[in-house]
Amino acid sequence: MKQLTLVLVTLIGVLLLQAAMDLPDWSDPASPASLHLSSHYLEKGLEETGVPNIVTAVLADYRSYDTLFETVVILAAGLIVLTILRRTLRRRPKAVRPRPQRESQDIILQGAARLLVPAIQVFALYVVAHGHYSPGGGFQGGVIFGTSFILLALCYDLRVVLARFREKTVLFCCAAGVLLYAGVGALCMALGWNFLGYAALAGMLGSTEVMARSHGILAVEIGVGITVMAIMVSLYIDLASGGDLDEGL
Amino acid sequence: MDELLPFIVAKYNYWAALILLLIGLYGMIAKNNLMKKVIGMTIFQTAIILFYISVGEKKGASIPIILEGHGVASSTAPVIEAVAYANPLPHVLMLTAIVVGVGTLGVALALLQKIHRVHGSIEEDDILEDLRNRPE
Repeated sequence: MKQLTLVLVTLIGVLLLQAAMDLPDWSDPASPASLHLSSHYLEKGLEETGVPNIVTAVLADYRSYDTLFETVVILAAGLIVLTILRRTLRRRPKAVRPRPQRESQDIILQGAARLLVPAIQVFALYVVAHGHYSPGGGFQGGVIFGTSFILLALCYDLRVVLARFREKTVLFCCAAGVLLYAGVGALCMALGWNFLGYAALAGMLGSTEVMARSHGILAVEIGVGITVMAIMVSLYIDLASGGDLDEGL
Repeated sequence: MDELLPFIVAKYNYWAALILLLIGLYGMIAKNNLMKKVIGMTIFQTAIILFYISVGEKKGASIPIILEGHGVASSTAPVIEAVAYANPLPHVLMLTAIVVGVGTLGVALALLQKIHRVHGSIEEDDILEDLRNRPE
């Protein structure tokens, strides 16, 4: 079996190498991928959206449909994990885990977490808010915010996290982010433009269409950030406790 | 040989992505432990991400954040050269792909926990044996 796989994998490798012969050289500025649409994004992106970070502009404006449904995919993944792992109270075998003395009192870890968690959260908000001008945005900021809760759960206990950020709130945040994203899109449609055509918000915000697109991107990024953050926490609390939401790892 | 060496040097990003991809593929097919298969899948995803990012690279180019947007004073309208910035499109696609990769990884780990809960193992042989011995 192993030899057969090795032969198969080598065969695929040779085929792909054969295909790679025709691909452009590495970091060739004239490669086809860098010629058509991407040069429009780079040359006109700032002018059209007012966002210097072209990755953010493409992510949340030019390709915002894509990003909306990526966010929905993440939401679906979080809900699927919940559905797979959660046991109903009736079927849960009693005392499946012995309750050891889990009073972890590691003062260095807990002190470090106490110092780090607020800093991580402020940094996450900065990454979301500054995503227009520097590397960052909703996905990255959301993940960083989620890690602050995971750090808390690792250093203290899962119950400590759940006492501050109840599971119901987590799931509410998961849905609220997607709702914010889709809501901005629907608002644009209600104002007579296309779905997610942020320029529609210009009249409401009292600004130019370019600035409206910039602000629309920010609103959408916040929605993405909320969903990603909540899904990270939801994935962690379910996977770490096997769906039981007890003390965790 | 004279043709092979420039080919390797000029396209070594494809070699790197290809080797990672094959490691991941081999892991997914050959390994018996489901956890190792999941690790193979993650390596496979990483290879794809590396491939896309390397495609967006341009020689001498900066990251795709426009310098003129940062309050650099200019009396005339800024002329932005696309050659000076890396291709943003692969970055966007891979940014979402990474997060979706985390989502699929989470689903895979949840399935593994469920399988382990039902069959008591995540080795393929043990699961098959457990399924055979199970009363209908």
